[in-house]
This record gives sequence, C-alpha cells and structure tokens, in this order.
Amino acid sequence: MAENTRAVGGVGRKSAAAGYLRAVGAVVWKDIAAELRSRELLGSMLVFALLVILIFNFALELDLRARQTVTSGVLWVTFAFAGTLGLNRSMAIEKDRGCLDGLLLAPVDRSALYFGKVLSNLIFMIVVEAIILPLYGLLYNVNLFIPSLLVVILLGSIGYVVVGTLLSAMAVQARTRDILLPILLFPVVLPVLIAAVRATTGILQGLPLEDYQAWLNLLIAYDIIFLGVAIISFDYVVEE
Amino acid sequence: MIDVRGLVKAFGVKPVLRGLDFQVDEGEFVAVVGPNGAGKTTLLRILASLARPTLGSVSLAGLQLPAQSSAARRILGVVSHQPLLYGDLTADQNLRFFGRMYGVADLDDRIPEVLDIVRLSPRRHDLVREYSRGMQQRLAIGRGILHRPELLLFDEPHTGLDPDSADMLDDLLTQVAGEGRTVVMTSHDLTRAGELASRVDILSGGKIARSIKSGELDAGELNSLYYEVTRG
Amino acid sequence: MEPVPRNLKILTGITSALFVIALYMVFFHAPREAVMGDVQRVFYFHVAAGWVGFLAFLVTFSLGIVYLITRDRKWDRIAVASVEVGVVFTFINIASGSIWARPIWNTWWTWDPRLVTATVMLLLYVAYLMLRQGIDDPDRRARFGSVYGIVAFVSVPITFLSIRIWRTIHPVVIGSGDPSGEGAFDMTQPMLQAFMFSLLTFTFIYMTLLWYRVRLGRLSEKVEERKMEMMSI
Repeated sequence: MAENTRAVGGVGRKSAAAGYLRAVGAVVWKDIAAELRSRELLGSMLVFALLVILIFNFALELDLRARQTVTSGVLWVTFAFAGTLGLNRSMAIEKDRGCLDGLLLAPVDRSALYFGKVLSNLIFMIVVEAIILPLYGLLYNVNLFIPSLLVVILLGSIGYVVVGTLLSAMAVQARTRDILLPILLFPVVLPVLIAAVRATTGILQGLPLEDYQAWLNLLIAYDIIFLGVAIISFDYVVEE
Repeated sequence: MIDVRGLVKAFGVKPVLRGLDFQVDEGEFVAVVGPNGAGKTTLLRILASLARPTLGSVSLAGLQLPAQSSAARRILGVVSHQPLLYGDLTADQNLRFFGRMYGVADLDDRIPEVLDIVRLSPRRHDLVREYSRGMQQRLAIGRGILHRPELLLFDEPHTGLDPDSADMLDDLLTQVAGEGRTVVMTSHDLTRAGELASRVDILSGGKIARSIKSGELDAGELNSLYYEVTRG
Repeated sequence: MEPVPRNLKILTGITSALFVIALYMVFFHAPREAVMGDVQRVFYFHVAAGWVGFLAFLVTFSLGIVYLITRDRKWDRIAVASVEVGVVFTFINIASGSIWARPIWNTWWTWDPRLVTATVMLLLYVAYLMLRQGIDDPDRRARFGSVYGIVAFVSVPITFLSIRIWRTIHPVVIGSGDPSGEGAFDMTQPMLQAFMFSLLTFTFIYMTLLWYRVRLGRLSEKVEERKMEMMSI
C-alpha cells in the first residue's frame, strides 16, 4: 500500500525544477482564473486609477504646457496608489479564507509561492497600466505609446511589485492591515518612483538616451537587489 | 509513523504544549480531544509543518520536522476547519490547482475519481462559493486526499456541520481511513471521536493526559473520564 | 525591581561627563565661524545626531539578521530599542538641520540629499514601529521586525543615491545650489576636535540610552510573565 502511494504520485520521477516552475505557473493561473471570475481586483484598481487622474486634473488645473512637466508624476502616483490596492487585495484573498496555509502545505520551496504571487501581481498591475496609459493619452491628447516608455513602466512596476508582494505578506497579518501597506511600502519604494518619473519625463521630452540612462540603471539595480533580498526574506515571513 | 517527543510550543512567554509525547503507528486512527485552548490545533499545525516546535523533536515517517518539511509535506494531507478553498473557482479548478502544486501526475483521471469518493461529481463545475458548508468540507477532504497521502490530519472537521452532513462526513472519514492510511483527528465531539477512532487521546495541561484504546471504555465512561481529566 | 547594574551606572557617569565636555568644546573651544556665525555650532550636534541615527539603523539591520538565524528574542529586544533611540536622534538631526538652514538660506527646508534621506529614514523607523504594534504574537513580531529592518536598511543608500542624482540634474532654486554641501566650510583644528568629540559623545549617549531601553524591555517582559503565571493559578 505504502509502496503504491509513493510511486503513483509520480513526483519522484519529475525533476525538482519542473515541479518548481509548475507550482509558480499554478499560482499565476489560479490568480488569473479567480480574477476572471470575480473581476473585483482589476475593477477596483481601474476605478481608483481613473478617480485619481480626475482629481489630479482639477487639483492641478493643468494647461497644456504645465501638463507636459507634470504628466509623468501624475501617471506614477496613479500607478503607485492603484498598485497598493491590488497588492493588498491579492494577499487578503489568501489570508482571509486561510488559503495561505493551503499554499504553504504544498511540497515546494516557499520562493515558488513568492514568484507566483509576484508574477500575478505584476500581470494585474500591467493590465491596469495598459488601460490607463492610452486613456490618459486620449484625455490629454498626448502620445504615450513610446517603446522606451513602456520599458520604464515595466522596470518600475517590477521593482514596485517585488517589494510590495513581500511587504503585503507581512501587512496582511497585522491588525492595521489596510493602512499599513502604504506606510511600509512607499518609503522603501521611493527610489523607484524618483527614477521612473525622471526617466518618463526625459522620454516624453524627447531627450536622448544618455540623459536618462542613469535612471534606467538605477531601476535595474533596484529590481535586482530587492529581488534577491525578497527571495531570502519571504521564507521568514511565512514560516511560523 | 508519527513520533513526537518532549514537544514544547510557546507563544512568546505563554507555553501551550509542555513536553508532549505522542506516537502513532501506521494505519491507526487517533482522535485527539481536549477543551478549547488546550493546544489541539497547535499540535496539528506542528504536525502539518505549518508551525515550528519551540523545543522537542517531531518526526513523520522518519522525516524530521522542520528540517525535512518539504519532503514530509508530500505524504501529508491536511483538512483544517477552514476549507482552504478558493470561492471564485470551481471544484474542478480548485482540485486542478492543488493537483499541480503537489505534482499529481494523472490529474484528468484523479479529479473525477476524488469527486466520486466525496460524492460531489454532479457539482464538479460549480463555483465553490455556492457550496454549502458541508459540501465545502467534503471538497476539502477531496483536496486532502488528491495526492494520495499516507498521513491525514483533520482539524475539527465536524465544525459548523448539521447532523446529516456530519454523518456523511463520518462515513467518508471511515472510508478514507480504511484504505490503510494513518489518521490524526482533533475534535471537541467526544462521542464521534470515540466511534470513529481506534484510539482517543485526551490533551490537557499541555500534554497527552490519557490514552484510551477503542473498546476499553463505553461512551458514558469515556465522558466521565474526560471531565475528570480536564477538570483536574 | 532590579537595581541598575554597576556598569550601567559607570557608563551613565562617563556619558554625562563627556556631554559636559562636549558642550564646552562646541561653545567655547571651537571658534566662531567666519561666514555663518554662532549658528554654525548647531552643525556639531546635527551631524553627530545624524551619525547616531544611521548607526542605530545599522545595528537594527545586523541584529535582525542575527535574530532570524538564532531565533533568540534578546537580539530582537535590542533591535527595537535601537530603533526607538534612532528615531529620536534622526528627528534631532532633521530639526537641527532645519534650524541651521533658516538663518543661512532663509528657508526652513533644503532639498539636500542627506536631509531628505534622513527624513525617509525617519519614516522607515516609524513604519517599523507601526508594523510591530499591529502584531500580537511576539515571535511573529520579532520576525517581521527583522525582515522589515533589513529591507528598509537596504533601501536607504539607494534612496540617497537617487536623490543625489536628482539634485545634480535638477538643482533646486531655493536653498543651496551646491548639491553636495550643506553650507560647506573649512574646519580648523579646534573645530575638528569639537566635531570628533561630539561624534564620540553622541555615540556614548546612544549606547547608554540603548542599554536603559533594553533593560526596560526586559523588565516589562518579566512583568508579562508574572501576569501569565498569576492568571494560570
């Protein structure tokens, strides 16, 4: 009997790497499938982002010239705030029904769970950005579909989500859960915002690459450093 | 199968388990009972590798926890009193997700097989958030046995179930346990525990105070013994 | 009540003496600065406080790593104490920087990289304390504190760098046009002596306060233990 159960599982044969990737893929697939059904995450992120843009419009009284200098800031503030919503919700789903335990019971390395969550959070954030970007371009008659801009948005989002996923795993377990994530996240993620806004401004002003290269390098360095820190720390956050 | 020696678990300065010893042989069905706060869930979480012991040694099938947790999880099936299921997915999708996480090879065959065992086949493509509590528990058990684990841990599985669902659950538990698996179940329902298990352990004062093999005592005597042990 | 240990009493004595000497050195031994006048004397304490703020953070970062490896809560106790002391010194750093800026550049705030980084550090400290406050289980509190202490500390140099690059490319109109200086001046020998001595004194103050705070933490945990014992009788 015991022999039967050990062999039939089939896990012994498959390589550990395939199992790892499969687990990461499973988490991403699960998050997307659940979101397709409920649409609560994307819905709330989008509505919130639109509201923020609206508020900025009236608060800043943007005329055409002023808008050029302020566009990148408005965009990134929007992304940062909407991103917080997504991160919070994504982790809350796991915590509230105790599903986090279900994930932790899987015989895979914890970092697979972390990567899966980072990927699905990143996908959601990119979907929201992909909708907000053309919308903003439409509202203010500005072309935002520049390839280098898309690269900056990707790099910035990666940095944001890498740190955000780790911190949301902690914030969701505290009593002050909802307000805690932005408080924890924003000071840490400040370099990403600074670099992303500066690079975006440079691109929108049509500056050559050398002028904003430093910012791109900063973003890449940040992404790599914090990915490393997060992978190591995630274990300690979820293990009791 | 399970070998726990001198297990101590403290939360900060508060000790919950105080040097607990607990042994379970292969194929046994052990029910752990005790008052609220006695540490039943804590013990189960440690066995499930979801919590670390503060002191002491815990081994499952020869694998040491927490050092060999990952390997131990392969042979573990856990059913908590929370269903651990995703409401926005169907039963099929839930099982498919967990199957992939556990690396179950023959999912397309295994999923209908499991749904059959827990008698949820007709509801296969329904959303879990539309399930009743009893159905969710059954699906949770299905998830627990999906990867054919040797050891099953149930944490107060009858919680929140009406009598009919609870009886159906009993049948299921007996069936699942009867396939030669080792089962540890915590419960606050002494009568059910006595009927289902081959052994009842009373957890009190942070240790296993008494261990009663099935047949040693009848229901009434078991009850009296329980109150005697937990009062003192 | 545990009596204050003898070594701590000695340390307190030494620290107090150092502080008095430091005051003398800053106000009398160091000369009046030519351009800025007496207000420049704030500089000695300003930088010393900034140094301690950073040191406290470094200690928390290191002890966070040590705790995660050993799981011995005494390291966490020191880490928390360090953050609390660090908050105070960072605040002194920012406030004194502001006081210094006002008469020199006629503004309460300069977007100087060091000042902004100090403010971010203050925010990180406060976030650390708020995170801990929201968690009841002491072991989880220690774990999360350690992780955040590590993440936060790693972000500080990167933040400093990004603000620095920002300043060189986009100099701020108000305040010092020099992105690296806070009103730079050359230090004469007596000034250097006062400066180094202030650094030393503040480091001693840090250690003394840290010790007292750790002691306080340990005593309050003992009280909790006794309470638990009483309740279970």
